[in-house]
Amino acid sequence: MLDEARRRQLIEAVASAVIAHADELTALDQAIGDGDHGMNMKRGFEAVLADLDGLAAKPLPEALKAAGMQLVMKVGGASGPLYGTLFMSLGKSLPEEPDRAAFAAALDAAIAAVKARGKSDAGQKTMLDVLVPVQEAVAGEAGIADIARRAQEAAEATIPMRATRGRASFLGERSIGHMDPGARSSALIVEAAAAALGAGA
Amino acid sequence: MSNVGIVIVSHSPLVAEGTADMVRQMVGDEVAVAYCGGNSEGGLGTSVEAILAAIDKAWSDAGVAVLVDLGGAETNSEMAIEMLPAERSGKVVICNAPIVEGAVIAATEASGGAPLAVVKSTAEELSPA
Repeated sequence: MLDEARRRQLIEAVASAVIAHADELTALDQAIGDGDHGMNMKRGFEAVLADLDGLAAKPLPEALKAAGMQLVMKVGGASGPLYGTLFMSLGKSLPEEPDRAAFAAALDAAIAAVKARGKSDAGQKTMLDVLVPVQEAVAGEAGIADIARRAQEAAEATIPMRATRGRASFLGERSIGHMDPGARSSALIVEAAAAALGAGA
Repeated sequence: MSNVGIVIVSHSPLVAEGTADMVRQMVGDEVAVAYCGGNSEGGLGTSVEAILAAIDKAWSDAGVAVLVDLGGAETNSEMAIEMLPAERSGKVVICNAPIVEGAVIAATEASGGAPLAVVKSTAEELSPA
């Protein structure tokens, strides 16, 4: 049962993981983007942390929608609307006490919303290249530690990809050989969420 | 204002302001022009909040044409348009055109009283098909 204490733990874990890796995300983005992903995500998740008490007090769907709106308003790059859409869509689809099937279905809907927002699909060296295999793992029978591992492997699998969406696509062939920063931030979020959910399961 | 309004959304506050200056030189006060650039801390980036404020400032019942530079400006502008009240969101369009040239051409078209769809298509003639 995801009570207020566990919602707080979950939100704090995800936000702290992104903030702690801001420099790494920036370094990845400097290689193939405009170098602002770490700072932008840090700004967004600091706004989420600043409202931690308020967010944790809300039922899970409302907390996700409110956190998504914080990201939309504060991040300042394309990742704001993309992550904002992900969390707001999850909030719209999830029941207050989701089981695994409900979570898999909500993640599927949220991925469709991110695809529409970014006019993108899996295979283009973006966050979707992590979210899609994670959704498949959730819909399947993977254990929670296995889901976190799949997320990180999926982020690493973006290294040999050629970007065809986002700022990295301007580099064409030169985008090959670097991990996509959005894939990495998605993996961080999945890992942190999985660890927080697994700890109380 | 009965003419279509113009909103300029750049990652750079200086590019946004400079583009708006060029537009005003062409059309004076015949077209409402608003601009925004930079993230919420003043660095390079775009802000949904600032885009919403710019759309409000340039508002016309004939609609608003938005010119953007790079990807994040477009994604944030789309988000902002969806967040507008229903009676407004259908009257705001993003033009797929270069930001400076597109803004000047769109504003020139708007100053002659052209409807939103014509303002958009004229600006978009600048983009390779």
